[in-house]
Amino acid sequence: MSTKLVIGLDGQSSGERALEFGAQLAEQIGSCELLVVYVIEWSPYSFQTAEENAQRHKRREEEISTARERVVDPAIAQLEKQGLSVTGMVRHGDVADTLNAVAKADGAAQIVIARSTDKSLSKRIFGSSTATLVMEASVPVTVVS
Amino acid sequence: MTSYFKTAAFAALSTVASPAFAQEAMSLDQRVNEAFASATGPFVSLIFAPFPGTSFPWIVMWLVIAATIFTLYFGFVQFRFFGHSIGLVKGDYSDPNDAGEVSHFQALATALSGTVGLGNIAGVAVAVGIGGPGATFWMILAGLLGMASKFTECTLGVKYRNEYPDGTVSGGPMYYISKGFDELGLPGGKILAILFSVFCILGALGGGNMFQANQAHAQITQITGEYPGWITGIIFAAVVFAVIVGGIKSIAKVTEKVVPFMGIMYVGAALVILLVNFDMIGWAFGQIFAGAFTGLGVAGGFVGALIQGFKRAAFSNEAGVGSAAIAHSAVKTKEPITEGFVSLLEPLIDTVVICTMTALVIIISQQLIVDEATGNYMLNEAGSAIATVDGNSGVALTSAAFASGISWFPFVLAIAVVLFAFSTMISWSYYGLKAWTYLFGEGKTTELVFKIIFCVFIVIGAAASLGPVIDFSDAAIFAMAVVNIFCLYFLMKLVKKELTSYSERLASGEIKKFTH
Repeated sequence: MSTKLVIGLDGQSSGERALEFGAQLAEQIGSCELLVVYVIEWSPYSFQTAEENAQRHKRREEEISTARERVVDPAIAQLEKQGLSVTGMVRHGDVADTLNAVAKADGAAQIVIARSTDKSLSKRIFGSSTATLVMEASVPVTVVS
Repeated sequence: MTSYFKTAAFAALSTVASPAFAQEAMSLDQRVNEAFASATGPFVSLIFAPFPGTSFPWIVMWLVIAATIFTLYFGFVQFRFFGHSIGLVKGDYSDPNDAGEVSHFQALATALSGTVGLGNIAGVAVAVGIGGPGATFWMILAGLLGMASKFTECTLGVKYRNEYPDGTVSGGPMYYISKGFDELGLPGGKILAILFSVFCILGALGGGNMFQANQAHAQITQITGEYPGWITGIIFAAVVFAVIVGGIKSIAKVTEKVVPFMGIMYVGAALVILLVNFDMIGWAFGQIFAGAFTGLGVAGGFVGALIQGFKRAAFSNEAGVGSAAIAHSAVKTKEPITEGFVSLLEPLIDTVVICTMTALVIIISQQLIVDEATGNYMLNEAGSAIATVDGNSGVALTSAAFASGISWFPFVLAIAVVLFAFSTMISWSYYGLKAWTYLFGEGKTTELVFKIIFCVFIVIGAAASLGPVIDFSDAAIFAMAVVNIFCLYFLMKLVKKELTSYSERLASGEIKKFTH
């Protein structure tokens, strides 16, 4: 039975570092399946106008297809070129919660994620997704610096 | 009808603008006002006609009787499924794979941003100022019954919405009336849907636009001093235009984030005042119950209290009007009835909680003058409303009541009123637009025409005086309820079918919570 690793992408250089480390890890493990996941930050408790609600389904589809095209598909292509077995997915939700839920549902052995480079005030106050994931994940988490 | 609001709000405002400028400008305001009042008079008279030999408007009974029938027909659905409604809003029954779609919470919050507003602040003050504390009892009762009306219309709103190939949705009474009547093999669905759409456009231009602009202007002049209404109108129209035509989402986004915060702050401030005066809450409820059945000396006695309570509740929570069905129809769900359950929380939050808070603060702050000898409330000189400490009514009365507990709160209230007005306008511009596109078809040009008309009415609303604007606003919104409720009587059996099926599946465990 092969090991499954979840790699969290963020569409930035930090995500690429996670991808690189995940690939190295997979090569060392040998029989390994990679699942690259891009989470679009989304809260079901945010406030929207009626017009935004009416167009939400359409926007969601557009967001998923853009994320697939720009982030997930290039990552899959890169890993496949290295001969690795890889699948990808785009999800909406809280980054930490969603990565953890995906890892649990797919029986992943580990989550690989890069340290967030976001230095915004809200992250300083409420903590980054990476820190939340490390504290709350139900599988081991590797944070790439 | 006219008199109860003519005494309201901002009669005591002082004029500080330059006399020549004000005279010229006021004459423009007056011309707008006169033209508007004469154009809308007959429509208003028809909607608010009293039962022969009484002063009781038939439309108020129309709404309350409908809410009572829906409550009985669905076996007190608002109480039986209350816990389930909370579970749905919390997302307990939402499929995690649907994340990113419109959630039950978002649909509820959007609908609430269209209803929570001036009705909760100015409307309650008018109801209590004229009908006395007893009006609160009838307002709460109407709110509780209205939950069943909301449940009925919002279930149908989702069930019969249009889903277009590009993924966008359009829903509301016009869609469920025409499709539902077709399904039942009943004639006239299309005509009734068209009639509803016409009234919805008028309602959007009236209560959802002119009333808001008018009250926002009145609130601003309380701080800045008197100046012509059309100036506020043009500024508001420009901002609304930027959002609905220019697509400047950032303004709407800021408002949508600030408005809930303002709502929470408003309820928080009311709670602080109630906690500080904890020992008077029992007395206040005593006044509410006593006033509900005796009137405690108000004009029209207990019937006067009842009319005021029922009328303000209906105007505030819009149950039976059909507007909420438009807002709720965008939710992502496989079970239309779930949105019905969620929507029934709306009158509860709007009327039973927020309106009652306002009423309690007004009663406890003792702004209403009591005759010590009889224990009854004293009437003002005109005999049309209860005399208040500073002669205030409408928003000014609410403002004075809050100021008695928190001195700086009127400034927050002024900002809240302007923001509530703005968010209600944005919501109603959408409701009106949906009715407009139902009549004239979807398309950029037809949409632009409506949006421009909507912005023009903002200027008229801010310039006209309160009386005719209130009359037209109330009449237009209640006219929507005439058509909507008439159709709901025919369509409620479709909702009953959904309710029976859903209840059985919920009881058998087929519908269960998702583990997140």
